[in-house]
Amino acid sequence: MHPAPSVIIFTTLSGLGFGLLAFLGLDIPHVRGGSAFAFFVIAYGLAVGGLLASTFHLGNKKNAIYAFSQWRSSWLSREGIAAVFTLLVFAPVALGKIFLGAQMPVLGLIGSLGAVATVFTTSMIYAQMRTIPRWRQPIVPAMFLFHMLAGGALLSGESRLAGVLILVLTAIMFWMWRDGDAREAASADTMESATGLGAIGKVRMYESAHTARNYVMDEMIHRVGRKHAEKLRKITLLLIGVLPAAILLILPPMHVTALIALVLHLVGAAIGRWLFFAEARHVVGLYYGK
Amino acid sequence: MTCLPSTTQKKLGLVIDLDTCVGCHGCVTACKGWNTQNYGAPLSDMDPYGADPSGTFLNRVFSYEVTPEDGAAQTVHFPKSCLHCEDAPCVTVCPTGASYKREEDGIVLVDEDKCIGCGLCAWSCAYGARELDQDAGVMKKCTLCVDRIYNENLPEEDRVPACVRTCPSGARHFGDLGDPNSDVSKLVEERGGFDLMPEQGTKPVNKYLPPRLKDRLDTAPMIPVAEEPKGFLGWLDKALEKL
Repeated sequence: MHPAPSVIIFTTLSGLGFGLLAFLGLDIPHVRGGSAFAFFVIAYGLAVGGLLASTFHLGNKKNAIYAFSQWRSSWLSREGIAAVFTLLVFAPVALGKIFLGAQMPVLGLIGSLGAVATVFTTSMIYAQMRTIPRWRQPIVPAMFLFHMLAGGALLSGESRLAGVLILVLTAIMFWMWRDGDAREAASADTMESATGLGAIGKVRMYESAHTARNYVMDEMIHRVGRKHAEKLRKITLLLIGVLPAAILLILPPMHVTALIALVLHLVGAAIGRWLFFAEARHVVGLYYGK
Repeated sequence: MTCLPSTTQKKLGLVIDLDTCVGCHGCVTACKGWNTQNYGAPLSDMDPYGADPSGTFLNRVFSYEVTPEDGAAQTVHFPKSCLHCEDAPCVTVCPTGASYKREEDGIVLVDEDKCIGCGLCAWSCAYGARELDQDAGVMKKCTLCVDRIYNENLPEEDRVPACVRTCPSGARHFGDLGDPNSDVSKLVEERGGFDLMPEQGTKPVNKYLPPRLKDRLDTAPMIPVAEEPKGFLGWLDKALEKL
């Protein structure tokens, strides 16, 4: 799949933002007044910034309002509703903490659950795709959710908890890749099965349907990621998990160590998310012999 | 709503004969011609005369070489467009309700006034049948020429999809695949028509007819006339070897 920068930015940033919101809803960290304002600016900035980035790849933004209408069948529509709901619920929670110095525990909890639900709906957009075997596995939502929780813990200053969550995330990513490889290896689809010509013999592309590139190839057939997947996976595991977890769990908790851990984790997350798209094989490639 | 209808009154679709298709791309051109001038946004070409041309098409013809274990390779031309699936994932993933499947005839269409061009329907399609128009920013797909098949301004023989009307080898057939007595259903029955990628669970309406068995000439495989050159060529060969 084509790793569109808008979607990579969206999923990593909004995941972080909703992660921080989920913690703030539970009053972690315990902030009021000016520092609460700073935390909510960061959380809203990341969540809304990510959502705005996701609109960059839309071909026809003016119809965006309709995207809230199809919650009965579409995970993307559910995501839009969950995101707007969560951001609205957090508005009174944020105002209460900033101006009244008070926590609204029930509304905060509803907001936190909304944040988790938003990221879950995002993950299901990918995990529902039957056409992309590597994505269609239950561990994909787990990966998105632990990304969110680990990022939220990091941003809310819960160093030890963040370290543990990051280790779990690292294990999930490792398992997701192993399982994805196994699924791709086990999938019986070939050019022969895709064209239905296997009963005659071995199928080879003789002439493509078009000499120039097209939307389907640009979007669905991306092979650079698969070539370097092994190396990038190792880099990702190191940056997203092993190094930040070591810093967070071994060194004494300080702002500077947390910041270094956060930067390493974010770079790793971006590479990991790039790879999530770039190495995913779409079955339509079979018609192109790719 | 992007929920799928539980049943449709008709299952209009195409039957494509892989045996008679000659790969002329006439259907591709007729499709582009009709659908650029009629339903919805035109099918644009980007940089058509430049170094990196690309364009939107609703129908494309691949050509494959199929080699049996014990016989000569054969060429199979393979037209591919929307299969108007009964269980169309492109419809249910749509967040706006732009993608829908018609209850009356089973045609899958895009309402361009609602499409946001997110591309998710194209991701969910196993067949590569949807292309986002790079000029209009909306998703384009085969409409089964919905603006021809019911169009009473056209002579009756023209009330079929443009690709079917233009096919010079009779490789494309249009009809109701939900009616077991229709010509297309009988054709599918007779020739062993099959679904593309049944494992995807999409239940395509369009069917493909497999290439018929080829005649096998009862001759021995060709043997080389001469392994070692003789005469003048033999001398030349040896002389050049020695140089």
